[in-house]
Amino acid sequence: MKARVTVMPKSGVLDPQGKAIGRALSSLGFAGVGEVRAGKVIELELAETDPERAKAAAEEMARRLLANPVIESFRVEIAG
Amino acid sequence: MRAGIVVFPGTNRERDIALALSRAGADVAWLWHRDTDLPIGLDLVVLPGGFSYGDYLRCGAIAARAPIMQAVARHAARGGLVLGVCNGFQILCEAGILPGALVRNATLRFLASDCLLRVERTDTPFTALYRAGQVIRCPMAHGDGNYVADEETLDRLEGEGLVAFRYVTERGEAVAEAARNIAGIFTPNRRVLGLMPHPENAVDPLTGGEDGLALFLSLVQASAVS
Repeated sequence: MKARVTVMPKSGVLDPQGKAIGRALSSLGFAGVGEVRAGKVIELELAETDPERAKAAAEEMARRLLANPVIESFRVEIAG
Repeated sequence: MRAGIVVFPGTNRERDIALALSRAGADVAWLWHRDTDLPIGLDLVVLPGGFSYGDYLRCGAIAARAPIMQAVARHAARGGLVLGVCNGFQILCEAGILPGALVRNATLRFLASDCLLRVERTDTPFTALYRAGQVIRCPMAHGDGNYVADEETLDRLEGEGLVAFRYVTERGEAVAEAARNIAGIFTPNRRVLGLMPHPENAVDPLTGGEDGLALFLSLVQASAVS
């Protein structure tokens, strides 16, 4: 099954990429864009067929490598 | 003194470190990222600058999980000396040997210039030959050099005197974007130092000064007396 791990800078951690994207959007004329935060999405193809166990495994991978808990938070979604 | 320099795929300042160490009188051994043990009798392990594993995922993230890092962690745990410069500092933070993290420069620009650093304390194996409060000039070259940690960690680092170097101006004022102007930090036993600027590139008057040499001479002196 597929797991999608979304890693985002923790709130409070400076996100210069998000800020730069926000400035670029406003220079393109997009009005009304508030805070922009940039993270990353990591898709995993897992041999595990049980969704609960797949989710637990992906969360362990996120804790140990995919996200740095000092600066990032993560969310795992399982897609069939 | 016997120093081991770890080379990961993408490390690129290992020869600069070797030159600085040799100039200070150390013997240098090369260590490979796949090694699982360090040579016996090593006093110092150096994690040099560069772009290990192409900076993929996060700077230093993959290197921090390479086989040799378990041996480096054991060396640090038994009081061995460890120096991490630039990418090496990022690796030490990613490995959890030092607290906090290095994130993208606030300007999003890669900073390649000299910077001024204030030596925060001199009773350490890395800084014994500096004067307290001395301001030194060192090159820096990084895209992700902005030190961050939670307030509690920053207070602890300051309270326990674990800030090794701070960015300052010519007049000694604080300057940089990094939290509390931190350029480098120690572990509580002050046997592990991580810093972003490159003292190994300031060891020769012909190439911009030798303010960094005292760090390597201090290390050689410290291992001679211990």
